[in-house]
Amino acid sequence: MVTRETPASAQLDRRKAVARVLAERGDDLVVSGLGSPTYDVHAHGDEDANYYLWGAMGAAALVGFGLAQARPERRVLVITGDGEQLMALGGLATIAVIGPCNLDIVVVDNERYGETGMQTSHTGLGVDLAAVAGALNFADSRVVRTDGELEQFIIDRRAPASGPRFAVVKVRRETLPRSMPPRDAVFIKNRFRAHLGLAPN
Amino acid sequence: MNLDEGDRPTAVDWPQGLHSVLRRSGVGHVSYVPDAGHTALIERCIADPDIVTNVLTTEEEGIAIATGAWLGGTRSAILMQSSGVGNCINMLSLPVVARVPLLMLVTMRGEWAEFNPWQNPMGQATQASLEAIGVTVFRAQTPVDVVETVEQAARMSYDGDQQIAVLIGQRLLGVKQW
Repeated sequence: MVTRETPASAQLDRRKAVARVLAERGDDLVVSGLGSPTYDVHAHGDEDANYYLWGAMGAAALVGFGLAQARPERRVLVITGDGEQLMALGGLATIAVIGPCNLDIVVVDNERYGETGMQTSHTGLGVDLAAVAGALNFADSRVVRTDGELEQFIIDRRAPASGPRFAVVKVRRETLPRSMPPRDAVFIKNRFRAHLGLAPN
Repeated sequence: MNLDEGDRPTAVDWPQGLHSVLRRSGVGHVSYVPDAGHTALIERCIADPDIVTNVLTTEEEGIAIATGAWLGGTRSAILMQSSGVGNCINMLSLPVVARVPLLMLVTMRGEWAEFNPWQNPMGQATQASLEAIGVTVFRAQTPVDVVETVEQAARMSYDGDQQIAVLIGQRLLGVKQW
């Protein structure tokens, strides 16, 4: 294994980057992957339209995909981590063959397994997740390393998509204070469904 | 609730009966990893304009997709072979902890006239694995049984927030021809 990490000069502050994307969410429905992305999303502000995952590693993009198919009139934004997305590479193929126009996946990539001791992940060892999504024919696939690239991504997101979009945002390897949403998945589920006008059951 | 002529389950048309049950139960989404035993039902679901279908690369994807579908108000069912149940176990913590309705229709291998021993370990561990993670299991061994069992399982699942698997017996599916 040869470490091929993104240099520190090409990494963003994860909380600020996620906050910037969420500031422009409009009425997006948001799904967050376990660990730091869930804390990043919650740190920006708790919303009824957020579904936070605290486990089920590999689920985030696919929960977003199921939601996007159920609510084609709404845009769905998945915010997850590199390790979480790496666990569901095949799921990207499952999403790609349907190609929903209302699903954007943002991978907050610190090239580490941050919850478990900051071990290097595959993205720090040469694996290019954006290239994977590109090979799967996502409508847009890119790596964001600078504030300028982040702003361009936010501008481009305002336009309607022709299919699912995928962005890898390279961020610094730092352990930030946890901003923890409720861990009661039933409460979050019912709150989310109520936001969409759905009864608990 | 009237059964059409074609809905009446016989030895050859239980997949049609299951398709009718899914429709009556309000299922709007079906995901699957192909299995020979599910061939006819998969084809019916794909042909149904009121059901969105997803082909999966591995079965646990269907668990996460079904959870997202429910968050958005759609009822989803997952079709898989017993070998795929093993792939699902940790992902099942999601609908179990979130109390999201889940209906899994599992065609069995490794339990009746199985010629391939590689199917036996997971086939024989299927029910215990599902029950260990908190999924309720029903077994069905005849065409009539399958349709009735899935219909009541759909009611328990979607109306009662339960996670349910119906195991469709290998004896019903017949011996695989090579």
